[in-house]
Amino acid sequence: MSVSARIAVRRGTLALDVAVEVADGEVLAVLGPNGAGKSTLLRVLAGLLASDDGRVVVDGAVWDDAPAGTHLPPHRRSLGVVFQDALLFPHLSIAENVAFGLRSRGAGRAERRAAADAWLDRVGLSGSGDRRPAQLSGGQAQRAALARALVGEPALLLLDEPLSALDARTRLTVRAELRRHLAAFAGSTVLVTHDPVDAMALADRVVVVEDGRVVQAGTPADVSRRPRTDYVARLVGLSLLAGTADGGTVRLDAGGAVAVAEEARGPVFAAIRPESVALYATRPDGSTRNLWRERVVGATPHGATVRCELDGEVPLVADVTAASFAEMGLAPGAEVWAGVKASEVAVYAR
Amino acid sequence: MPAPLLVPAALGVAFLVLPLIGLLVRAPWSAIGPALARPEVGEALRLSVVSASLATVLSLLLGVPLAWVLARSRVRGRSVLRALVTVPLVLPPVVGGVALFLVLGRQGIVGSWLDDAFGITIPFTTTAVVIAETFVAMPFLVVSVEGALRAADARFEDVAATLGADRWATFRRVTLPMVAPGVVAGAVLCWARALGEFGATITFAGNFPGTTQTMPLAVYLALQRDPEAAIVLSLVLLAVSLATLLLLRDRWLGRAAA
Repeated sequence: MSVSARIAVRRGTLALDVAVEVADGEVLAVLGPNGAGKSTLLRVLAGLLASDDGRVVVDGAVWDDAPAGTHLPPHRRSLGVVFQDALLFPHLSIAENVAFGLRSRGAGRAERRAAADAWLDRVGLSGSGDRRPAQLSGGQAQRAALARALVGEPALLLLDEPLSALDARTRLTVRAELRRHLAAFAGSTVLVTHDPVDAMALADRVVVVEDGRVVQAGTPADVSRRPRTDYVARLVGLSLLAGTADGGTVRLDAGGAVAVAEEARGPVFAAIRPESVALYATRPDGSTRNLWRERVVGATPHGATVRCELDGEVPLVADVTAASFAEMGLAPGAEVWAGVKASEVAVYAR
Repeated sequence: MPAPLLVPAALGVAFLVLPLIGLLVRAPWSAIGPALARPEVGEALRLSVVSASLATVLSLLLGVPLAWVLARSRVRGRSVLRALVTVPLVLPPVVGGVALFLVLGRQGIVGSWLDDAFGITIPFTTTAVVIAETFVAMPFLVVSVEGALRAADARFEDVAATLGADRWATFRRVTLPMVAPGVVAGAVLCWARALGEFGATITFAGNFPGTTQTMPLAVYLALQRDPEAAIVLSLVLLAVSLATLLLLRDRWLGRAAA
């Protein structure tokens, strides 16, 4: 393990207490809602904030050891940080920005310029070295900020919501580029984000932080298929139902029951994807084992479909095509039947 | 525009501009050349410019770090410190002069020691002029630079730290360049205030032609014996002030803002 950290910080109402490990070349995404403590975690790793308790060890070097009173200041850590706003120094040219960290280490002018040009080339900004930050678009500025963070070949790269200030189109291209650069990066990366797409697209592993605690950890695929909290379920668009399994039936904690195809026992989660939920205006005939009377409480357009929030015996989210939505008259308040095949319900231990 | 605002505003403009126009109207234009050629005028002007410039340099050397401490550090009692630093802004300059005299005069706490140990006497020297001007003018610089530091985005300093710059390097390479327009504006204000300094200077440094008689002192004395000369000297001060303001606005402030 290249980065091994346990961090405890108390700031106002936030009590952060998390442990993370990141291997060389690995990208760890820290996913969580605003105010969960993600940025605080990042600031402690960067040394900009002292941890009240815990230890940060990177490549065998102790960066923080709160009980022992050790705190390496940020400028002595082998770091690269990309913030949400690129934060390029406005008084320096793009090349000077990129070479800033090399100058801190006493590299000569020619060496700095050569390294800056090479990195600008790698991030697709060749020829922009003499421009000013104000002359760059948001996507270009974020590319330059990435080059600035990576030029010193740091042991640890920290990305703080690096894509969230970009417009949707730019975000797609910059995300794809970032993925390429992260794959080529030899050190460890910690990516802080509230966007599950960033986490899924960029990370090898995901930890979900809520209220200062790690509530779930795993591969992106695992976290998105088997969410363990409502927050994660909502992010990945699943309906998450907690209950107790007894063979082919899950009795839900909130009342009601779900028939499942897989045999299971004990406390479980049942997760249902919105596209697996079929809506009917009248009670359908057939073999669907899960059939509930529901009321539409909310509807939002979601690509070519409309995502309907349903309440009733079992709270559900359902995707229907815009055409069916109109034909069935599914305004909020409408009563419908919702059917889910038992084989479409994922069951996993709590 | 509503009259209750417009009329007082117009009166305000008249109040500020009319005296200057009066100065221009009464100026004995033909006498300007000979008046400026008089050696004591040239001497007073040179002394004023040199001492105000030295006071500004001294204020920059001490005031910019002081502004940084007030804006960025977490020193305890910072608000008390800020209040103390800005006292000279509201203190009557004469009182400042008296206070300086009590501390740096021959019998003063620091002055007597300087005299005993090094044989240095400060009052009634050009050094005293510079000290008096610095005392009165430095708060203008401190307030201006501190405001610029507070307005500057401190996240850039975090970025510099993560790129290996210690706090001193961060100050030199990031903070100072970013607040440069504020420092320039503060220095201009400070210089103009030092150039016009009268009360503290005459109290602490006296009024000796060639060593401590700056332009404002020369104007005041001239008004009593030779009002025409006083007008000429006033015009020179007005011209220097306006020229500085315009020059610096176009040269530095304008470019920094663009």
